[in-house]
Amino acid sequence: MSTADDIAASVGQRPLPLPDNVSAPYWEAAARGEVLYQECPACGQRQFYPRALCTACAAEPQWRTASGRGTVHTFTVVRQNWAEPFRELAPYVVAIVELEEGPRMMSNVTGCAPEAVHIGMPVEAYTIAVDGLGVPFWRPADTG
Amino acid sequence: MSSSRTPVIVGIGLSDGPVAPHLDAVQHHVVAMRRALDDSGVRKADIDGYCCAGASKSSSDPDDLAPMAEYLGIDHRWLDGTMVGGSSFEFFAQHAAGAIRDGLCDTVLMTYGSDLLSRQGRTLGSKGHFGGSARVPGPAQYEAPYGNVLIGAYAMAAQRHIHEYGTTHEQLAEVAVGVREHAALNPGALYRDPITVDDVVSSRMIADPLHKLDCCVISDGGGAVVMTTAERARDLRQPPVYVLGTGGAQTHWQISEMPDFTTTAAVPAAAAAFRQAGVTPSDIDTVQLYDSFTITVLMLLEDLGFCPKGEGGRFVESGALRLGGTLPLNTDGGGLSCTHPGMRGIFLLVEAVRQLRGQAGAAQVPDAALALACGSGGWLSCIGTTILGRDGP
Repeated sequence: MSTADDIAASVGQRPLPLPDNVSAPYWEAAARGEVLYQECPACGQRQFYPRALCTACAAEPQWRTASGRGTVHTFTVVRQNWAEPFRELAPYVVAIVELEEGPRMMSNVTGCAPEAVHIGMPVEAYTIAVDGLGVPFWRPADTG
Repeated sequence: MSSSRTPVIVGIGLSDGPVAPHLDAVQHHVVAMRRALDDSGVRKADIDGYCCAGASKSSSDPDDLAPMAEYLGIDHRWLDGTMVGGSSFEFFAQHAAGAIRDGLCDTVLMTYGSDLLSRQGRTLGSKGHFGGSARVPGPAQYEAPYGNVLIGAYAMAAQRHIHEYGTTHEQLAEVAVGVREHAALNPGALYRDPITVDDVVSSRMIADPLHKLDCCVISDGGGAVVMTTAERARDLRQPPVYVLGTGGAQTHWQISEMPDFTTTAAVPAAAAAFRQAGVTPSDIDTVQLYDSFTITVLMLLEDLGFCPKGEGGRFVESGALRLGGTLPLNTDGGGLSCTHPGMRGIFLLVEAVRQLRGQAGAAQVPDAALALACGSGGWLSCIGTTILGRDGP
């Protein structure tokens, strides 16, 4: 089982994004602890991943800050990955998380046993900063 | 309506496989082409259209469209290098059929070759999209940090299908068991020993809920197809197989963008192909479906209209997909047991043609008149459907 600490320790060894004109604000926001998505000022569509256009109407989308609350839409437990640093982290959960605002993103659900993860599970975002950018992760929502 | 320019497949060829360390990827293209030409009686000089897609970057490199056309010496006036993953060949069939109908060219060669097993080993499914600490550009940057693997993408679709429809591991396993029965009839299949549902569900879990035996093999291999006009086919060696209907569609590319994890673009792709062919799913005698994973088959069966959405599990348990059933599946042993060199789409066309010619040997579906091939490229992303017929439209 990968704890949140294992995840944090491994981020620097993971494949990291090469920020571009469109994506840079997303990764910079994550370094501040925020998760961004896009919303179209023309038609209202919300989308992820961030693009230079709204995929519904082609207008230029705007950034929105997500609440950081979401649910697991689907997931898998990766038990075999030959690539470093994942080889040592397995088994770990790769999930599609649906933001409370609607868009979905891929991430890891950490901080609990892989067996505890299920579809519909409430999760909350956290980010880990590395090299000036931040990587969003998710853990079971604090319902206490 | 049948006309002199109705597109027909007149030649098929497979290179050596499933284990062929003596061939590199380019040689697989060459051997498959030579065998397809021999099969058809088409002279190489008569080829005026060419399409190919390469899966693996091999030691000898011209495994791309223009370099391959040069290497093979194809003097073409029509060319297609659509690259949408393993279903590229069903998209080629659509494009080539249209080009032949429109008179853009008369005789199209399609080739594929891969030395995946001999050059890279069994790493495709579990090496991660991006190993090491590379900086990843483009849309993939939003997936790269999270360590997903190819198998994990299909696993997430399977997990959702189980959640929404109560599909069981045993029902998924049934796909692999049935296809293995067909592989037993094919001396060229990689794995031929019978397996049981229990063997599948007790095999090692790779990415939940997919076990090792829910996953296709990794092999070497190559294939070639020759398509021409019904008129030219009259002078050739084999009975023509008619390209009756084609369709291709896309829902996403990266798995995280899949809009509905239990439904693929086979829905619109099949609608287009069935409409063009003027037939319905109940008319089809055999299906050759992209069995990268057991879940791929289950979802394609539903989306192609062979059973209602969510009923795929019960449908595979019915025995319909076995030889002797109403819809024998992957009669060569499929990707699950026979051959999967990284992209499987061309093998679906080759096996469908063998069935419709009555040349499938022990795996022959009696009186097969209509076959459907359906490829899935990417991560359930780009779906191409081809309906082939023994008889003209």
